[in-house]
Amino acid sequence: MIRSIATTVAATAFVASAAMAQDIKPAVVFDMGGKFDKSFNEGIFNGVSRFTEETGIEFGEFEVTAEAQREQALRNFARRGFDPVIAVGFAQAPALETVAQEFPDTRFSIIDMVVDLPNVQSIIFKEHEGSFLVGVLAAHASETGKVGFVGGMDIPLIRRFACGYAQGVKHVNADADVFQNMTGTTPAAWNDPVKGGELAKSQFDRGADVVYAAAGGTGLGVLQAAADSGNLSIGVDSNQNYLHPGSVLTSMLKRVDVAAYNVYKTAQDDSWAPGLQVLGLAEDGVGWALDENNADLITDDMKAAVEAARAGIIDGSIQVHNYSDDNSCPS
Amino acid sequence: MEQFTFFILMLDATARVSVPLILASMAGLFAERSGVVDISLEGKMLGAAFAAASVAWLTGSAWMGLGAGIVASVLLALLHGWASITHNGNQVVSGVAINILVAGLTVVLGISFFRQGGRTPQLAREERFLPLEWPGAQALADVPILGQLYSELLSGHNILVYIAFLIVPLTWWVVYRTRFGLRLRAVGENPEAVDTAGISVAAMRYRAMVLAGVLCGIAGTYLSTAQSAAFIKDMSAGKGFIALAALIFGKWRPKTTLLACLLFGFLEAASARLQGAFNVENASGAMAEFLKGLPFLIDALPFILVVLLLAGFVGTAVAPKASGIPYVKER
Repeated sequence: MIRSIATTVAATAFVASAAMAQDIKPAVVFDMGGKFDKSFNEGIFNGVSRFTEETGIEFGEFEVTAEAQREQALRNFARRGFDPVIAVGFAQAPALETVAQEFPDTRFSIIDMVVDLPNVQSIIFKEHEGSFLVGVLAAHASETGKVGFVGGMDIPLIRRFACGYAQGVKHVNADADVFQNMTGTTPAAWNDPVKGGELAKSQFDRGADVVYAAAGGTGLGVLQAAADSGNLSIGVDSNQNYLHPGSVLTSMLKRVDVAAYNVYKTAQDDSWAPGLQVLGLAEDGVGWALDENNADLITDDMKAAVEAARAGIIDGSIQVHNYSDDNSCPS
Repeated sequence: MEQFTFFILMLDATARVSVPLILASMAGLFAERSGVVDISLEGKMLGAAFAAASVAWLTGSAWMGLGAGIVASVLLALLHGWASITHNGNQVVSGVAINILVAGLTVVLGISFFRQGGRTPQLAREERFLPLEWPGAQALADVPILGQLYSELLSGHNILVYIAFLIVPLTWWVVYRTRFGLRLRAVGENPEAVDTAGISVAAMRYRAMVLAGVLCGIAGTYLSTAQSAAFIKDMSAGKGFIALAALIFGKWRPKTTLLACLLFGFLEAASARLQGAFNVENASGAMAEFLKGLPFLIDALPFILVVLLLAGFVGTAVAPKASGIPYVKER
C-alpha cells in the first residue's frame, strides 16, 4: 500500500516536471576569488541563485581553491550528468578545452574567455566601454587631475579595464595623470587586500584622489584605503557602492549575473546556443552604478557627461580602444 | 623639495608595511634562539588575524580583538611546542602542518560563523586601530624637513606601529641583558649544558613559544584590524615567510633583523611606486618587458637576497646551533 502510494507520488511528480519547462541539472565552477568576493564571482552566484529562486531547480557548485582543481571540477560535473555547466573566469579556458572535448553532449558556458568548440558558449564583456564611463566620472570628480587604477593579476583582461579607464579620463581631461598598479602576477593577487590598500595609498601619496579597483577581493582593501583617507574609489563587477557610502564614487557594473542567469534560462527553454556572445554598453552587459549610496557624489553635470559618453560609444562617435586587439594602449 | 616629500612618504609606507614583518621576525627570533625552528609564523599570524577581526566585530572593541588575536596565536604556538618540544616531533613538519591547518580552518570557521565565504564582517572605524595624530602635527606639516618628518613620518600611525618599533629594543634587552635571555640563548646553542645546570630545557622552549605567540598575535591583529578592516582568507600572503627571511638575513640578531625588515618593507613600498613609473613606450621590445616586470622582480628580492646570503655571497649566517633539533634528555 505504502509502496504504491510512493510510486504514484513519484509518477505524478515526474509527469508534473515534464509538463513544465525542460528539466535541467545545472552547475557552476567558481574561480579562485571565491563565491563571496563581493565582486565578480559573487555576481555569478547572484545570477544563478536568482534562477534557483524562480524555478526551484538547484545547481551544483564548486569553488576552485587550487589551479589543478579546475579540470577535476569541470569533469566531475560533466560525468555526473550536470548540464549546462558554467566555467567562471578566463583561467578555466585550458581546463574547459580538455573537458568539453571529452563530453561533447554537455553544454558548457565560459565567462570572460573564448573557447572555440561546438558545445561551448563563450561570453565576454566589453569592459573597456564600462571602464571608459567610470573614467569619465573619475576625471570629473578629481580635484587634483590625478587618478589611480589598481588591478588584480597582471593579465590582458585587466589591462583592458585599465586602458578603457585611462581613455575615459583623458577624454575629459587630456592632461590628467593616470597611475596604474597591478597587484601581482599570480592568482593570489585577487585576494590580497593589504597589498591593494598599500598600492592605493602609494597613489594617494602621489596626488591621486580617485582610484578604480579591478582586483576582486584585493579591491576591498583599495576601497577601504580610500574611505580611510577621505578619497574616492570606484568599485567593479558587482555594485559595490554600499560598501562605503559616500566614498565609493560609483561601480563599473559587469552584468555577469544576467549572463549567468541567461545561460540557465536559455538551457531550460532550449534556446541555448554555442558560440560567442560579446556584451557591451549597447547590450547592457556593462554600465555604471547609481543608487542612494552615491547619489550625493554624482552631480547633474557628471550625469550628463557620462550619459553623453555612453550614447557616443553606442552610436560609434566615440571609439574606445580595446587593449586585447593589439596588446597595447594608446594613452 | 618635492623629492624630499616623496622620500618621506616612501619611508612612511615602509614603516607601515614593515610592522608585521618586524613583529613576526622578533617572534621567530625568540623561537629559534631557543632552538625551535618556527615555520608557522605565517599560520599564527593568519589565525590571529581571523580571531582579532571576529572578536573585534562581535565586541565592538579593537582591544578585545587584539586580546583574542594574541590568545589564538599563543594557542597555536603551544600546539607547535606540544608537537615539537614535548613529543620531539620534526619542527619543520609541525610548523608546515600549522600553516595548512590555519589556512583551511579560518575559512571554514569564517563560513560557519558569518556566512560571507570565509570573510569576516567589515569593521567600523571604532572597532579598529586608527592612526594617532600627534600634538601639533597639523600645525607643523608646512615646516620644511623637520616639520614634515614629524607630521608625516612620526605622527599618524596606529598604536600597533609604535608598539612594533618598541618591541625591537625590548627584544634586544631581554635576549642580551636578562638572565632569561642568557638561558634562552644557551638553550638554543647547547641545551645539554643548560640541562646540567638544572634548568628545564622544555620549560625554556615553551616560554619562548609563548613569547613568539604573543608577537605573532599582534602582527596578525595589525593585518586585519589596523591595515585593513576585515579578515580575508590567506590575507597574510606570505609575510610570515618574508619575516623568516628577514630573520635569517639579520643573522638572528634584533638590530640587524630590524634593518632587514625595513629593507624588505622599503622594497615593497618601492615596487608599488615603480610600477608604471618608467616610460615603457620609448623602450624597445625586450627592454620594455623587463621594465614592466621590474616591480615584480623587486617583490622577489627578499628571497633572492636570502639565497645569496645562505650560499655565502654576502657574509655568513650562522643559525643557533641547536635550532631544529629536539632535545632528548640522556638517561
